[in-house]
Amino acid sequence: MSTETVTRLSRAQMAWRAAQDIADGTYANLGIGIPEQVAQFVPEGRQVTYHTENGVLGFGERPPQGEEDYDLVNAGKKPVTLLPGASFFHHADSFAMIRGGHIDVAILGAFQVAPNGDLANWRAGDDAVPAVGGAMDLVVGAKSVWVITSHVTRTGEHKLIERCTYPLTGVGVVSRIFTDVAVIHVQDGRFVLKEMVPGMTIERLQEMTGAPLVTEGEVGTLSPPTVG
Amino acid sequence: MTARAKVVEKPVMGIAEALADVPDGATVLVGGFGGAGSPIELVHALIDQGARDLTVVNNNAGNGDVGLAALIRERRVRKMICSFPRSANPKAFTELYLKGEIELEVVPQGTLAERIRAGGAGIPAFYTPASVGTPLAEGKEVRTFDGRDYVMEHWIRADYALVKAETADRAGNLLYNMSARNFGPVMCMAAQTTVVQVRNVLEPGAIDPEAVVTPGIFVDRIVQVANPAQEELLFAEGAVYP
Repeated sequence: MSTETVTRLSRAQMAWRAAQDIADGTYANLGIGIPEQVAQFVPEGRQVTYHTENGVLGFGERPPQGEEDYDLVNAGKKPVTLLPGASFFHHADSFAMIRGGHIDVAILGAFQVAPNGDLANWRAGDDAVPAVGGAMDLVVGAKSVWVITSHVTRTGEHKLIERCTYPLTGVGVVSRIFTDVAVIHVQDGRFVLKEMVPGMTIERLQEMTGAPLVTEGEVGTLSPPTVG
Repeated sequence: MTARAKVVEKPVMGIAEALADVPDGATVLVGGFGGAGSPIELVHALIDQGARDLTVVNNNAGNGDVGLAALIRERRVRKMICSFPRSANPKAFTELYLKGEIELEVVPQGTLAERIRAGGAGIPAFYTPASVGTPLAEGKEVRTFDGRDYVMEHWIRADYALVKAETADRAGNLLYNMSARNFGPVMCMAAQTTVVQVRNVLEPGAIDPEAVVTPGIFVDRIVQVANPAQEELLFAEGAVYP
């Protein structure tokens, strides 16, 4: 399928768009990769506390080069800094925060998402070494689970599909999907199209999507500023 | 309480002495999340000690050629129980795994932490929503509570725990350093013999009881390592052990 005439969002722009949806007063857990970038783009004035499953609430930016301390890292094992009001806790408490429903939103990547909210994001086949990390706990525990992903794979295959074919991370967990061409809400077993990039048509987006897209009211324009 | 009463003190031992009795076939909890909290010196002492056929519980499965990766490369580990057997350089584990020469039990990270906590707390099993409907729940009991499905998971109890903390007093009370705390407190609880390596050893009373993170009851042996190595920095240097 050809998409030459539409502009796709950069990774940073996808993170920017997800960041706009983070409400004031949120406790958020951001997955490794694009979701980590969301923190850079949350609108000023909103209070957001970031949780990392290895036992920190209230961490901030990466430290300046030369000031890294590898005893203070995020889930991606990257050095971070602390904001005033930060706290440390052990792993069982950290996952009590997650499973106990104290984290408002978790943002993750995906291999596949289905309209029933099923997510596959930990294993794409049987060949590699399986590694799950904290994803299965996050998706069942966070109050909302959002996904940031390219709309299709590099080879053009569907990632938003009727039924996940890869091993599941969680069942019926995803509520919003931010792709490089669209914003889709997962509601009542359907993909509800909320926004798409300029130049995109619903027909063309449907071709790029492996399950029916429905609309409820007007479809907005997905047009982030140049960021990142 | 008489004026003569004193709290129990834990032995401060040499590193080889602290691990001398680890038998072949032992289950060993190894603290750390990547390099943060990784008790490199204790793991290297375990390599020197020679115990084999170990079951090791750690969040990961080693990085590069030091610490847990070196223990695995030396073929001392029969089975890894972990959530994420990947790292910047996981080759020690990956090579043996792909050859079928090391067992792997992958556990969701929160389930891993809670299984260890349960082991330390005397709770043989519990129900968690994590992994329901996924391949990691296959063969496990699922029960419905208040309309939602949960999978039963068993405790993990170990023969030894090797944990890195920042400061101990001689009563065994521990303070950690920032996110190096991670699995340390639950692992200290869940082993028959808990060996901690700490930068500082203080007299009882030198740590504010309000600030104690791991109470000394969960600690059996203290080893002072005044200048511990950091796994990431060793990795960056291309260090190899032994």
